[in-house]
Amino acid sequence: MLIDVHAHFLHDRSPRLDWRERNASRLRAGERVGITVHVASILGSWGASSPIYFPSPADIEYGNDFLLALQRTHSARIRGYVVVNPNFEDHALAELERCLDAGMIGIKLAASRRADDPLLDPICRVAAARGVPVLHHVWQHRRRDYPGQEASDAIELGALAARHPRVNFLLAHIAGGGDWIHSLAAVRDLPNIFVDLSGSGVDGGMLEACVEAVGAERLLWGCDLTIDTGWAKLRYLEHVLTDSELELISWRNAARIFPPSAFPGD
Amino acid sequence: MRIDVNTFLGAYPFRRVPGTSPDALLHAMDRVGVDQAWISHLPSVFWQDPAAGNPWLFETADRYDRLRPIPAVHPGLEGWQQIVGEARASGAPAVRCDPAYYGLEPAGPEMRALVAACSAEGVPLMLAVRLEDARQRHPNDRAGELPPWAVRTLIRGDPAVRLLVTHAERGFVEEVHFGSTPEESTRIWWDICWIWGPPEDHLQTLLRTIGVERFVFGTGQPLRLPETSVAKLDLLDLTGEQRAAIESENIQSVTLPPTQSAAKGRGRRPKLSGTT
Repeated sequence: MLIDVHAHFLHDRSPRLDWRERNASRLRAGERVGITVHVASILGSWGASSPIYFPSPADIEYGNDFLLALQRTHSARIRGYVVVNPNFEDHALAELERCLDAGMIGIKLAASRRADDPLLDPICRVAAARGVPVLHHVWQHRRRDYPGQEASDAIELGALAARHPRVNFLLAHIAGGGDWIHSLAAVRDLPNIFVDLSGSGVDGGMLEACVEAVGAERLLWGCDLTIDTGWAKLRYLEHVLTDSELELISWRNAARIFPPSAFPGD
Repeated sequence: MRIDVNTFLGAYPFRRVPGTSPDALLHAMDRVGVDQAWISHLPSVFWQDPAAGNPWLFETADRYDRLRPIPAVHPGLEGWQQIVGEARASGAPAVRCDPAYYGLEPAGPEMRALVAACSAEGVPLMLAVRLEDARQRHPNDRAGELPPWAVRTLIRGDPAVRLLVTHAERGFVEEVHFGSTPEESTRIWWDICWIWGPPEDHLQTLLRTIGVERFVFGTGQPLRLPETSVAKLDLLDLTGEQRAAIESENIQSVTLPPTQSAAKGRGRRPKLSGTT
């Protein structure tokens, strides 16, 4: 079993004319790699009618609905994270209830608010009550602000995780750019933060540093926008980990933090 | 046959990178099925005189049949022309220059002179767009990335020079390829290490729009996992001929004819010079 904890799909209202091809390519590549389940999110309209990282309530609903439909169509292969914008608290809480009831298995927080902002607390309380993890977009060592997002780094996610010890958090794409050494040091002693290995980065030494910092028990395999780099990391890990450690990263850790029966054969 | 044109030996100054010794490189090559690697000396990219790493590089390549040296040339230092000549005489498959790290204008007079010399000697010039993702570079690692316009300028600046560009992404490749004449673009080869696979399918797109013949196998190891470039190819539906072209045959057309390269130039290696 192989679970990609960080996937995305596009839809017909995104700016991409090739959205069908990209979705099909993800599934096709997943078959070749052996991905059993893609746990995915859709960030609103992907910028078409509201910003990617500040999606409007209407765009959020459309994206979540599209992903729910994909989950129904590919019931063995796709699972969803509910995307919410914490600035719209009532809408966010309603959307969480609606989409988790409909079968989504986690929550995706991107960069609408800093991770340590109190606006995230009601969302995390739902995560605790429903027993679902939160995948949080992270800029590895954010040294400044960037346009288009209120990005967080691992220290800020750590503050949120400390306030919600019953919630498991996924630190997104450790290989997604930025100083991953900074992130690993920040989350080393936070047992409810798991490190998602996705991202286009394939730095020599990064995987060893991840294992050294948090152990195989707190690593999760994923791809994000580049399945080739995800597959490369998996292939490399086959050479440096035991079979049981590799199983933890490939799927057992995910099966442990997502709700029971979230995955086939779970 | 799989040739990795883009490998490094030696320490990286901005973070700890495992596997930088020749033996470690060979171990990694075995792990991913690479038969031959073109090696660059990583520390000297950052030295005042990058060519000072060349003697070690040649000596190392002499000790290992599967490694071929890519000597560095700083065209702003006295005596650099001799290095290009030595590279040709010794059968080195190319020379490299990293103008942004050397503090040179990427298409300035020194670089144009280097292009002319490489052309005259028949030695391909290797250029890296970057070594690391810009988002993660050390705060004091401030050299700029190689810009696409510089590659266009350099290839246009000489009618015979051949360029091997590593670490370029799709947009870079497209800008240079379609911003050059068809003849100019036939003298540029691109390594695949920084080009995304599925679901964005940048590599698949480029192979279709630009042509299989323009791409070569490179990894950037050990700064990057070499498994990545293999995975990119494994995720494509290539014919055996196409795969062989990318993995070895295209790059063999870039290098000197076998009679001139003379089995890596063993037995007729000149006294090697740095520029100090």
